Amino acid sequence: MARSIAPRRKAINTLLAWSIGFLIFFPILWTILTSFKTEATAIANPPVFIGFDWTLENYQAVMERSNYGRFLWNSIVIAGGSTILGILIAIPAAWSMAFVPSKRTKDILLWMLSTKMLPAVGVLYPIYLLFIRMGLLDTKIGLMIVLMLINLPIIVWMLYTYFKEIPGEILEAARMDGATLREEVIYILTPMAIPGIASTLLLNVILAWNEAFWTLNLTAAKAAPLTAFIASYSSPEGLFYAKLSAASTMAIAPILILGWFSQKQLVSGLTFGAVK
Amino acid sequence: MGRITLDKVSKSFGDVEVIPPLDLTIEDGEFTVFVGPSGCGKSTLLRLIAGLEDITSGQIRIDSEDATNVPPAKRGLAMVFQSYALYPHMSVRKNIAFPMKMAGIDQAEQDKRIDAAAKALNLTDYLDRRPGQLSGGQRQRVAIGRAIVREPAAFLFDEPLSNLDAALRVGMRLEISELHERLKTTMIYVTHDQVEAMTMADKIVVLQAGVIEQVGSPLELYERPCNKFVAGFIGSPKMNFIEGKEAANLGATTIGIRPEHISISTTEGQWKGTVGVAEHLGSDTFLYIHADVSPNETMTVRVDGEFSARHGDTVYLTPRAERIHKFGADGLRIE
Repeated sequence: MARSIAPRRKAINTLLAWSIGFLIFFPILWTILTSFKTEATAIANPPVFIGFDWTLENYQAVMERSNYGRFLWNSIVIAGGSTILGILIAIPAAWSMAFVPSKRTKDILLWMLSTKMLPAVGVLYPIYLLFIRMGLLDTKIGLMIVLMLINLPIIVWMLYTYFKEIPGEILEAARMDGATLREEVIYILTPMAIPGIASTLLLNVILAWNEAFWTLNLTAAKAAPLTAFIASYSSPEGLFYAKLSAASTMAIAPILILGWFSQKQLVSGLTFGAVK
Repeated sequence: MGRITLDKVSKSFGDVEVIPPLDLTIEDGEFTVFVGPSGCGKSTLLRLIAGLEDITSGQIRIDSEDATNVPPAKRGLAMVFQSYALYPHMSVRKNIAFPMKMAGIDQAEQDKRIDAAAKALNLTDYLDRRPGQLSGGQRQRVAIGRAIVREPAAFLFDEPLSNLDAALRVGMRLEISELHERLKTTMIYVTHDQVEAMTMADKIVVLQAGVIEQVGSPLELYERPCNKFVAGFIGSPKMNFIEGKEAANLGATTIGIRPEHISISTTEGQWKGTVGVAEHLGSDTFLYIHADVSPNETMTVRVDGEFSARHGDTVYLTPRAERIHKFGADGLRIE
């Protein structure tokens, strides 16, 4: 009995998985396809998916109209900078929570996560004022700090989970071997947690790269990253779907490629500890 | 040098006092074993000496210097953990080199010591492997190698053999004993296995519920246990305890007699009993006997060589009078 059912069930599961995967990927696919259409085809109803004349004119127009390179550079600096800043703070924080927990450690973790439940717009006004006062408005360093703070709870949580998996005796052995706290973290904890740290880094880069609320509200011209680059195609002269799609494709391409090449790392990192 | 003194050292976790204040001196070069049933505080005591746990009150001195607030890294002690606690991302060579690297010893000296340790511990062929590629016994030797190279004031062993199988355990036991003979360094060894304690120790510290029951050489503990607990814990098979009239005749609440100090006969003797189980090992015979004097517990008798007896046989037991241990109502030894 089981033998005859198993292959059929397997086929159904496979089909289901592919369907869901396709459903999730569909908007991105549509965007990419639209970026190769003329504006007229882009707004055709019903939409055309395959049989259209492929064109690169949107990319040409986008490249002419705006300085993609500068936005890209800002995105790289902001996403990379906030991630590095975050990890430097999160490693010691997660270390202390994992290895010298207090009665309140669980509460602190939850409290940190609870900040993610607050709608961002709720603190926009105070942060905006702070930024003006401190001269951080439309600066890369300002955005790095804000994005770092926003993603810090997630980085600390992830690292905390990874660190929890490392046997405390190994760190105690390092202490007995004469390692100072700094050496213990650098030579033992970090190398052992590399897979976890790598996937945390990666996830954080992606989150920071795609963050739109703060990057749009706190930048104007100088520090604007790719999210602002996309947004600039949605308003001024009405909606140009094809050009907007071309800009979007160019904005997500770097992170998509990064994600593609590191998906193995990402998946194993995100399921770390779940399967032993 | 490695003379370790504990002065009224106590430890509490929250409101729970796991080690009431205790005093203990471990002489330089001594092999001291902390032994006791699980949960008796022996590992905690070792971790207090290591500095991995802070003491609640009292003072720890290493070579007469106050080490109470010295971090573990600065105490000059090396520890071998039950789980080996090797660094999985480093080769064996790097594992062994780690404490020397931390101490800032130059590369040439490091290599010299690694080679010497690897040779002594039969690890020369495995220096470039990762711990994950080694067997349990080899991992244990790497952990010991890592402890040796830094030339510590004392070695601390936390149940180092309990993860090994029986055959390996005996082998490693001998290796550690020989290491002690060679290095003459202070060693503190924690175990729940009284055979390890008896065979390895210069001095045994028997612990129960955080309290030191007795300190002494293995033979002192064997011959003159100061109370019923030590008497029952040290020695294998366990001492037989007899209560009631037989004990009262000797002016005690309980008397104890070790299995090897009872002679057995099929014809005559002091106590009558029937054989429950007989274990024939060739070298010895262990007999578990339902004796009239001890109605609640079977008595164990050890006979040298072979003794033919089967289940249900009637036998007579005679204890060697000078080997009878007497204990009072409080469990303490009566002279």
